[in-house]
Amino acid sequence: MSASDLVMYEEEFNKIDDELQKLYMQTNAKVVFLVDKNGQLIASAGETHDLDTTSLASLTAGNIAATGGIARLLGEREFTILFHEGEKDNIHISLIGARVILVVIFDKRSSLGLVRLRVKKATESLVKMFDEITSKSEREKSEGKLDESPFAEISDEDIDNLFR
Amino acid sequence: MSFINYSSREINCKIVYYGPGLCGKTTNLQYIFRRTNPEQKGKLISLATETERTLFFDFLPLALGDIKGFRVRFHLYTVPGQVFYAASRKLILKGVDGVVFVADSQVERMEANMESLDDLAINLAEQGYELTKLPFTIQYNKRDLPNVAPLENMNTLLNPRNIPSFEAVAVLGSGVFETLKNVAKQVLIELKKHY
Repeated sequence: MSASDLVMYEEEFNKIDDELQKLYMQTNAKVVFLVDKNGQLIASAGETHDLDTTSLASLTAGNIAATGGIARLLGEREFTILFHEGEKDNIHISLIGARVILVVIFDKRSSLGLVRLRVKKATESLVKMFDEITSKSEREKSEGKLDESPFAEISDEDIDNLFR
Repeated sequence: MSFINYSSREINCKIVYYGPGLCGKTTNLQYIFRRTNPEQKGKLISLATETERTLFFDFLPLALGDIKGFRVRFHLYTVPGQVFYAASRKLILKGVDGVVFVADSQVERMEANMESLDDLAINLAEQGYELTKLPFTIQYNKRDLPNVAPLENMNTLLNPRNIPSFEAVAVLGSGVFETLKNVAKQVLIELKKHY
């Protein structure tokens, strides 16, 4: 397993969740969510009940990965913003730092200008939060503080039970 | 790269099915999808061409159960097997926690198997992984066909390290869950080592 494993604790998660709620309110969006670049959903805000957020997360990450591939072929480091316009709903996808993806789905109650503006502001705070998360988990790993980890005691039986 | 969320008490791991074109990667996922309880699975997403060849990836999220109070989720992906989709294959391997190599047992596909296995090692290396250090399982698929290579030959060619391998007929489901279970187990054991 690589050093880039993402470990998120309650405290940081709440901060991120608050920031997403804020962005959701400020942009008048339908849904706001945060995905890591590998397609795992981190947090979401808004009308998520009718949405298959897991699939959305994986496809968004695929989208960003494909666009990143195109960027590198063109000699760009990355395209940081993607925007898809639909008949009713639009989707604004942006890269936060180099590792997470912020997705805002909105309709005519909002506008692209407003979304871009608010996303820019939220990006600054989110970048800081993720820097903190990375340094915290590295610190705890090096200090060996993870001894309360629930995984240390995983038994073969636990694993077998998953597949019953 | 697994994602451990202490707030929602979830562990997410990514497993990638790799192998040459038409070896049965998508068929593995389709069988798993059919045979899993609705509450344990999400949608099976296939980004495929009109002729049902995988274009970008297939994706199946599985939530099998809890370990120590954490919900364990596996995200299963397949890569497009056809040689010319190399760029897409690389992207899918990002953040992988475990790999299943699906080999086509037909004698005439042996070269394609070896080529794909080399391609896997190269693409992993580009992402900073080493195949020898990653949870890895081999599946010898299509064992029901008449023109299959003997297991010893396949092992010699594809599995010199003698890692766990399973015979399978993915269309009928035999060997599919055995393979998944084995790689999932290796992923969790790896997680245990690091956390």
